[in-house]
Amino acid sequence: MQDNRAYAYYPGCSLHATAKEYDLSARAVCAALGVELREVPGWNCCGASSAHGRDHLLSTTLAARNLALVEEMGLEEVAVPCAACFNRLAVAGHELREDASLADEVRSVLERPLQGSAKARALLDVVARDVGTERIRDAVRRPLEGLKVACYYGCLLVRPPRALETDERVEDPQSLDELVRALGGEPVEWPHKTECCGAGLSLTRTDVVRKLSADILKMARDCGADCIVCACPLCMTNLDMRQGEALKAAGERFRIPVLYFTELMALAMGLPDAERWLKMHFVDASAVARRETAAAKSTEAQE
Amino acid sequence: MGDVISAESATTSGEVRIGGRKTEPGFCREVERLSGQKLSACYQCGECTAGCPVAFAMDLMPNQVTRMALAGMADEVLQSRSIWLCVGCSTCVTRCPRLVDLPRVMDSLRQIATRRGVRCPEPAIQAFHDTFLQGVERGGRLHELALVAALKLKTGRLFQDVPAGMAMMAKGKLAILPETPEGKAEVRRIFEECRRRAGEGDGHAG
Repeated sequence: MQDNRAYAYYPGCSLHATAKEYDLSARAVCAALGVELREVPGWNCCGASSAHGRDHLLSTTLAARNLALVEEMGLEEVAVPCAACFNRLAVAGHELREDASLADEVRSVLERPLQGSAKARALLDVVARDVGTERIRDAVRRPLEGLKVACYYGCLLVRPPRALETDERVEDPQSLDELVRALGGEPVEWPHKTECCGAGLSLTRTDVVRKLSADILKMARDCGADCIVCACPLCMTNLDMRQGEALKAAGERFRIPVLYFTELMALAMGLPDAERWLKMHFVDASAVARRETAAAKSTEAQE
Repeated sequence: MGDVISAESATTSGEVRIGGRKTEPGFCREVERLSGQKLSACYQCGECTAGCPVAFAMDLMPNQVTRMALAGMADEVLQSRSIWLCVGCSTCVTRCPRLVDLPRVMDSLRQIATRRGVRCPEPAIQAFHDTFLQGVERGGRLHELALVAALKLKTGRLFQDVPAGMAMMAKGKLAILPETPEGKAEVRRIFEECRRRAGEGDGHAG
């Protein structure tokens, strides 16, 4: 436990509103694990899914301002819970390091010193790799025995791998699976780990999002999962808030809880507010807390 | 596609037509400059289209967008739904054997289409991006509730997701007021400066 490190923390816009429970659980879990998160003072929107379609310089500069603030904090790494924000900050950081003329231009727009040294890290990666599964296993108080979990990474956590500079296996990432195992749960084998939920089309081409989300939800169910765990507010919205309409359009009647990985950790670590956060979801996730899982039910039936 | 687009013919005036349609000689170069991608690197294996999660809703397949942009078929490409439907999931670039960053190409095509005032076949998507960026320019951060409200007014879809919104409100998940971060003015200046440089034209190579 001597290697505790401080990370800059970039919550992003969603974590201050629709993904509040992600922010609360991320902070609580990190505090319990001795990981210090320092929120970047005066951070701005990363530009997410819109700025890069307008102007590449704008999207890079919006992300770069946050990286410059991290440098000013004297920290090397910024932990980012939202997959979309992580992607924007990481890709911009990569481009700034690779392309000196772009970096010069961004600096001249930004009017701040920017070395390009700050590195964006997905909070999942920080937890699974830096803290490590051993320390997480030690912190577990209520192991998730018998809980079958579909680990859903989505797109932006792992792609494009060259720019994100991660060592995840891009077509079959492992960090979330390892984390779930450390919590005592059982990650299911399923082929939709990195399928797309439709992301930013949620408000505009909801029909497309319904189809993509229903495909993911049905595959998780078919592979025997009791719940889906994710690391992105947009994935949560599409899989949780839109679950009813998506499955209805697909002619299905089941429900499957969706949790942020930090919420699942909080449950297993026995943190006090864990069950309260689950009530903030659309699909009732309290069954996961009470372990009323399909697996538990079938064991009961046998007895 | 009913008509053949493979046959090329040079007319006496030197203009190239494909399937009877005029092409734009400098178009490929413009896309390559903006996107930083080499369109001729694509050898049409179709891996991008095979893996694209939204191809089912597209009018031009992703590999067609690349080829048609290369051939200078500006009108067809810029008027397509596909350039707006791309969600930037990066499945294509991850699997591309030639490392063509197709989401960057799609981004550039949106920029060109917007600059030229091409009528967007997916007006709600365009309105979403405009509203999103207006909000960030104004406040430094995105205020989700304001985005949804403004988008409803723009698209006329007043009642979509109202129950879900009410439920979010009840769960304390919708911030009523926008945040006012310290960097607000600085963000606005960044937007203005980028607009000024884009207006000057060939500023950065992308």
